Amino acid sequence: MTDATHQKDEPIVTADGIPLKVSLGRALRRKKLQALLLVAPLFLFIIITFFVPIVDMLFRSVENSIVSEILPRSTALLADWDAEGSALPSEAVFAAMVEDIKEGRENRTISRAGQRLNYEAPGMSSLFRSSGRKAKRIKGGPYKAALIKVHKAWGNIETWKLIKQFSSKYTDGYFLAAVDAKRKVDGELTKVDEESRIYLHLFWRTLKLSLFITVMTLILGFPIAYLMAILPTKSSNILLIFVLLPFWTSLLVRTTAWIALLQQQGVINELLVFAGLVGTDNRPQMIHNQFGSIVAMTHILLPFMVLPLFSVMKTIPKSYVRAAVSLGAHPWLAFWKVYFPNTVPGIGAGAILVFILAIGYYITPELVGGTEGTFISNRIAYHISGSLNWGLGAALGVILLGVVIALYLIYDRIIGIDNMKLG
Amino acid sequence: MAQLPPYLSIPERLWHYGFRILCGLIFFFLIFPLIVVVPLSFNSVPFFTFTKEMLALDPAGYSLKWYEDFFSNLNWQGAVRNSVIIAFFATMLSTTLGTLAALGLSRPTMPAKTLVMSLLISPMIVPLIISAAGMFFFYSRIGLQGTHLGVILAHAALGTPFVVITVTATLVGFDNSLIRASASLGASPTTTFFKVIVPLILPGVISGALFAFITSFDEVVVVLFVGSFKQRTIPWQMFSGIREHISPTILAVATILVIVSIGLLFAVELLRRRGERLRGVQET
Repeated sequence: MTDATHQKDEPIVTADGIPLKVSLGRALRRKKLQALLLVAPLFLFIIITFFVPIVDMLFRSVENSIVSEILPRSTALLADWDAEGSALPSEAVFAAMVEDIKEGRENRTISRAGQRLNYEAPGMSSLFRSSGRKAKRIKGGPYKAALIKVHKAWGNIETWKLIKQFSSKYTDGYFLAAVDAKRKVDGELTKVDEESRIYLHLFWRTLKLSLFITVMTLILGFPIAYLMAILPTKSSNILLIFVLLPFWTSLLVRTTAWIALLQQQGVINELLVFAGLVGTDNRPQMIHNQFGSIVAMTHILLPFMVLPLFSVMKTIPKSYVRAAVSLGAHPWLAFWKVYFPNTVPGIGAGAILVFILAIGYYITPELVGGTEGTFISNRIAYHISGSLNWGLGAALGVILLGVVIALYLIYDRIIGIDNMKLG
Repeated sequence: MAQLPPYLSIPERLWHYGFRILCGLIFFFLIFPLIVVVPLSFNSVPFFTFTKEMLALDPAGYSLKWYEDFFSNLNWQGAVRNSVIIAFFATMLSTTLGTLAALGLSRPTMPAKTLVMSLLISPMIVPLIISAAGMFFFYSRIGLQGTHLGVILAHAALGTPFVVITVTATLVGFDNSLIRASASLGASPTTTFFKVIVPLILPGVISGALFAFITSFDEVVVVLFVGSFKQRTIPWQMFSGIREHISPTILAVATILVIVSIGLLFAVELLRRRGERLRGVQET
């Protein structure tokens, strides 16, 4: 029995005299490395072109170096100033501020500091602009009196508290603004004024409309997926084209089509007038409102509901329902108790997919949503290309991303990303 | 359509036809908007609506001028050129990288498979507006904002998940003994790759490439942020056209794009069938 003697003393070796275990491990490592090398180029590519930008956005939503960069001396001195007290900062701080403003004026950066602080308190932008213009008149001390003479807001302790508050490198200000809150100068959290609370409302509307659109696609998608599943393959393949064609057609083409259909002088309104259902002067407003967003997005997202539903329904054996009926169940009961529970994975997959796509939609609401039918994405786009409040845009984006990732994890739990199918 | 069995009761018959009518209406809802743009694009007046002349089938109500405008307008021609260039390079990049990665991911020895897979698929999951915003911030930092290269890289990133998914799906039924057979007959790994693996996974690769192409060709949010007027693509031009001065040229473009998508749909379907035949999957 050579085997028995091998076990204790000497390990099994290969022909080269290397222990088998080592040799196998080495081969496995080489295989792993080969697989990794194949994946590596794409992995690096995605990291650089996609991941780093997303992480960059995360930083931008809390980054706040602009004030301390433009006003380096005064913000450094303000760190030692007691913001809780009732005294204005010392003469040295005022002197540093004058110097900072002069330099900022020369580098043309001073207005950016004003703009940044203006997001937090209106009036700061004009304070810095006018001070920038007039600061060169200040030749020497005492700087405190001179600066207050330039603009009386410098005599207000709140101004200094604000500058101190936003001179730190990082801020939660953008995130607070994204949920309609702000930090008072003394650090206490409060809600913003009634008339400027828009974001929570907008998030709520985005969720509400997305949910509504998801339900609509389910109501419309379930019957046709069911029909395709019970028909023979030949007929269902033809019907599938009706689902796939919109799926493959450019999003803008479909949005344009809905504009042509729904606008005041559009096809549907003309039909209604022609049929005498409405007068030509009181055509219903069907576009640039929530109705427009809902109809167009339901149409655009419907294929994403039908395809997963269909692929699940196709696998449900027809004999299940027949067995239930032959056992005496009414066809409705058989459908409800036997067929429907089997479709739940498809409903889950389709619903989460449609919901994820809907809450991030930008183009369609932008073109047909007017003011009432816009989503949070439209606000993000506005802050990036319109108001240039990038930090707030990034913060809104991070919150939206968090919601989507949470939904994605649920999707992964239910279906598994490996089972994702296309077309 | 099959004959109804004679034993069905009247409510059952009514339900049978009622249900089909309901489904017919839903299919109509799906397809009608795509059909309606076609006649409207031949409109002779600059509106998005049917005129009396059109409804009366009067030839004077129809014209090809919006197509002429599309083919002669420099803005649109530039857009077509940009769309094709950007989509071509983005597709090349994402197909090459995506296919290699799918080959690696399909190996049983690939470590941390699920994690890597979810990372690679994430560009498909993250809402476009967030990808666009992030890319805008980062690409403007490194000077890629407003360049063709920037848009191509961004579109390639968005297209790779589709390639990875389709090629991985093709590789699920891949018979690994074919590789061993090839090797035992004396083929080098390179020969095996090009003579055995590539022909078998080619349908998956091509349909992945088509997905990547259409992703780039249709994409507008990222182009709006990462690109500028110089990188305007067809969707970019359509988007700004709808926002600013709405002209039926957009409908003419839409009609052309519908025809392009019909072509793509058939291409993908043919490839899918061919792939299934090659892998010996039974049609159910």
